[in-house]
Amino acid sequence: MEAFTSLASGLAVAIQPMNLLFALIGVLLGTAVGVLPGIGPALTVALLLPITFKLDPAGSIIMFAGIYYGGMYGGSTTAILINTPGESASMATALEGNLMAKAGRGGPALATSAIGSFVAGTIATLGLTLLAPYLVEIAVSFGPEDYFALMCVAFVTVSATFGDSPVRGLTSLFIGLLLGLVGIDILSGQSRLSFGIPELYDNIEVTTLAVGLFAVGEALYVASRRHIHEEKLEPVRGSLWMTKEDWKRSWKPWLRGTLYGFPIGALPAGGAEIPTFLSYATEKRLTKYPEDFGRGAIEGVAGPEAANNASAAGTLVPLLTLGLPTSATAAMMLAGFQQYGLNPGPLLFAEQPALVWGLIASLFIANAMLLVLNLPLVGLWVKLLAIPQPWLYAGILVFATMGTIAANPSPVELVMLTVFGVLGFLMRRFDFPIAPVVVGLILGPIAESQLRRALSISLGDPMVLLQSPISATLLGIAVIALILPFFLKGLGRFKAVED
Amino acid sequence: MSQFRKGLWRGALAAAAVAGFVTSAAAQMELKIMAPAAPGGGWDQTARSMQQALTQSGIAKSVQVANVPGAGGSIGIAQLVNNSKGDGNQLMVMGYVMVGALLTNKSPITLDQTTPIARLTAEYEAIVVPANSPIKDAKELAAAIKADPAKVTWAGGSAGGVDHIAAALFAKAAGADPTKINYIPFSGGGEALAAILGGKVTAGISGYGEFESQVKAGKLRLIGLTTPADKATADLPSIKAQGVDLEIANWRAVVAPPGISADQKKALTDAMDKMAKSKEWQELLKAKGWEDSYVSGDAFTKILADEQARTKEVLTAVGLVKS
Repeated sequence: MEAFTSLASGLAVAIQPMNLLFALIGVLLGTAVGVLPGIGPALTVALLLPITFKLDPAGSIIMFAGIYYGGMYGGSTTAILINTPGESASMATALEGNLMAKAGRGGPALATSAIGSFVAGTIATLGLTLLAPYLVEIAVSFGPEDYFALMCVAFVTVSATFGDSPVRGLTSLFIGLLLGLVGIDILSGQSRLSFGIPELYDNIEVTTLAVGLFAVGEALYVASRRHIHEEKLEPVRGSLWMTKEDWKRSWKPWLRGTLYGFPIGALPAGGAEIPTFLSYATEKRLTKYPEDFGRGAIEGVAGPEAANNASAAGTLVPLLTLGLPTSATAAMMLAGFQQYGLNPGPLLFAEQPALVWGLIASLFIANAMLLVLNLPLVGLWVKLLAIPQPWLYAGILVFATMGTIAANPSPVELVMLTVFGVLGFLMRRFDFPIAPVVVGLILGPIAESQLRRALSISLGDPMVLLQSPISATLLGIAVIALILPFFLKGLGRFKAVED
Repeated sequence: MSQFRKGLWRGALAAAAVAGFVTSAAAQMELKIMAPAAPGGGWDQTARSMQQALTQSGIAKSVQVANVPGAGGSIGIAQLVNNSKGDGNQLMVMGYVMVGALLTNKSPITLDQTTPIARLTAEYEAIVVPANSPIKDAKELAAAIKADPAKVTWAGGSAGGVDHIAAALFAKAAGADPTKINYIPFSGGGEALAAILGGKVTAGISGYGEFESQVKAGKLRLIGLTTPADKATADLPSIKAQGVDLEIANWRAVVAPPGISADQKKALTDAMDKMAKSKEWQELLKAKGWEDSYVSGDAFTKILADEQARTKEVLTAVGLVKS
């Protein structure tokens, strides 16, 4: 139980008034920037680095951790209320969360997201405390072929987000895969489908696509329908808080989301998007209320939100134990460590125990602080929906444009936002699901580059995919997940004939 | 405000400016530094460190840092050349990586269109192998590559970047065909490091900073650094000293827009000369672990030209640039 004694001493560091203040500043800043699409925690930490240089290391690193967690919360608030995911990891939350908000259940959606994030963040931080040294061994043994197999599992499972018509869903997915090809190919260094436009060399930004499809597309769609019938949004229908029923439907998704988020977040190339989509797909399959999906199911918010926050704690595993930054924010925190001459890595736990455990303890505190800050604000946030529709959507357009420009000050980015907005409008108009486009853009390039890396290492031998035990197992799961529904359906038909 | 008072106001401002100029010419400098990359990367950190050193030491009155990310700096340099022509207060951070990126991106704008000011820092490349690898030193790695370049897999940063170029130069120095190297680019240092630690590849190549803590912890074996032979120490062996003729540094520098006057160029160069000697800059170098490789004036212009020629040759050899 050495970990617990260390954690206790870490808590002693974290609850020093100055450090509490830094944690508070961090979560407030993080929430603020998480709300703006495009301006993420990474950018904020980057801008603060020169300022915090003079502060004491523990304080500023605690603040960075607060920004990281705060950003996660802020991103989901806009995803739920105005269908504008502040970052790609909040995309799955927007799917059901915004439907809930439109049905007057924005309060419970925000609450389940805040409490779910707290639960997941706490469990995952506990996991970080106890499992970090073991988990990291597994994480490092994940090779390119294993990542490719994981992507296969993700593709198969996430097809649950494709809506009712597989043809329409696959069409959307292929649009996403096509968009994923744009830019410089990481393996050959050659540009593809970028038509000599330098801005396209760096691939299509996920947030630009998501904000375009979700927010701009929706604003256009709503505007086009106004003459037919004006949708009256009721900010609150029923309870503002989570009912007993909501709790009952939320706790299992929270735990399952954590189970996806933490280990995948700990993988060096895991990220936060894959676990959120996996969690969404799982909840959709396991729910007792399948009719609610597509109309605002609380499970579809609780699961992905938990996965999102758990993965944030997960990325700290390779960062602290190996010095591997696996997300943009983690990379900035690494820079934060380095400016004090600290090198995260195998020796950090031994050389700087007070700092590391102080950081871990402050993650607990940041989580609690976020919950306390956010729950009372739920009532205020949902008032946003009472704004008359033309104003609200005009505001969303300004907001979306501002965020995109802030992240990437270039006219090309704005043109892309507009094009994606029109695409999102047309897809809504003709009833194509939107989420698979984003899934394709995120997963496609990863799957491609990892497969090509694996084949490059094996000198072109495809058997490498089956020789690695992790990859073989994952591919097996993918095949079963693919065949099982057909098999069950066939069995059902068989039974029907027998009857 | 009447026209007259406006004029008076302007006159007062001008007088104040002249007075300031007399007391301290350099302190009037209001510099703008562009980092042609997203916040957080090496170029951004260099720009922000310069900002800190220049303002704290009083060399410049104010320094603004702007990020223009994209395509390995191709977008930033296009903006510098097209929009800042003749602006004597504008600088752009760049580095060795940009030399390669402009070539592979077939950028219509080249570094020859900028005004070179000074090279600031350098980081040497390090080659490592997993701790349990049978390869012990540069000679053995060179022998393995000569035997079959495709069987030696390299993990490093983006295709055409300094890691890739260094790997190709190593193969060439080892007497193997550099077009046959099996170089696997990873996005971001972390992923490449994980692949090396997990023993998925034969060797890893990147800036030494990426590997330092793993080498000290005994998880990776350092084959050597791409330092000149006379710079080798017991802990940090040089690859060149082991008989493989490879010397390369990932340097960072500043350039100014085209069309600035000789006086403006001199003012900028003087400011950089002063900054490089300042206590503040030296402290920052130490904190960041950057090697001081300050060179300004014509010497830097020549280095820039030489590096462009060498890089083009290597990138053409590995097939990234069609000649």
